[in-house]
Amino acid sequence: MPNDGSLKVTTPNPNEIVLTRTFDAPWRMVYDAFTKPELVKRWFGAKRGTLTTCEIDLRVGGKWRYVMRLPNGHDMGMSGVYKELGAPDRMVHTEAFDDFPGDSTITTRFVEKDGKTTMIATCTYASQEIRDAVIKSGMEDGAAESYDALNDVLTEKR
Amino acid sequence: MKAALAEERLDATFNALADPTRRAILAKLATGEASVMELAEPFDMSQPAISKHLKVLEKAGLISRGRDAQRRPCRIEGRALEVAADWLADYRKFWEDSFDALDGVLEEMKRKKRSK
Repeated sequence: MPNDGSLKVTTPNPNEIVLTRTFDAPWRMVYDAFTKPELVKRWFGAKRGTLTTCEIDLRVGGKWRYVMRLPNGHDMGMSGVYKELGAPDRMVHTEAFDDFPGDSTITTRFVEKDGKTTMIATCTYASQEIRDAVIKSGMEDGAAESYDALNDVLTEKR
Repeated sequence: MKAALAEERLDATFNALADPTRRAILAKLATGEASVMELAEPFDMSQPAISKHLKVLEKAGLISRGRDAQRRPCRIEGRALEVAADWLADYRKFWEDSFDALDGVLEEMKRKKRSK
């Protein structure tokens, strides 16, 4: 488990992406930062855009909705439903983009150790369209930086 | 139509990359071309088993096979790797930037809690 605050991205299956990241804070704080709109707004997408809408109805069956205004003026809307909320071990929600069909399921776990919390998010994409939606909307501004990410996938021992 | 084909290719690329043996084959080919026989040895696999993996990699455009009928050396192909790498790098950058911003939010939360 990485402990240096760096993000680990792996693709154990063609339609799955797993993000692992350790934060220097207890799980309760990290969980709040992921589930309270006023906090989510401050980090989600960082400089990629501004969350103009951030609604979270944190209960099983409850809905969430984010709208991100991109620098080019385009709005990217996404929403979903909370399926399981077994904090801190397991939070399952769906995610769909307004402009693309289908949705994905994201299972997030927060594991605290020595005051630090490791988040493990498994994103299961239902189709190729969804995965591409992630690239096309909002992420296209990001510089494709080197082969680092792929290198991790290639060299990762499982 | 063009976009659909590109998506199909990206699918094939990620599918090919999802297998640890195929990733290891690519890592080996990154150091230079090799024949099936040369690949089978370090992986302790039969040549037919290696050939199967090579077919998947070839279909995904990740490797190409030489014309030399006897040896048919495999070499890594940059383009498909590049597309897959660009995609992952973009995805990674989005979350890296977000989580770096989140670090800042958490620091402030901790400061506030301490001063209470």
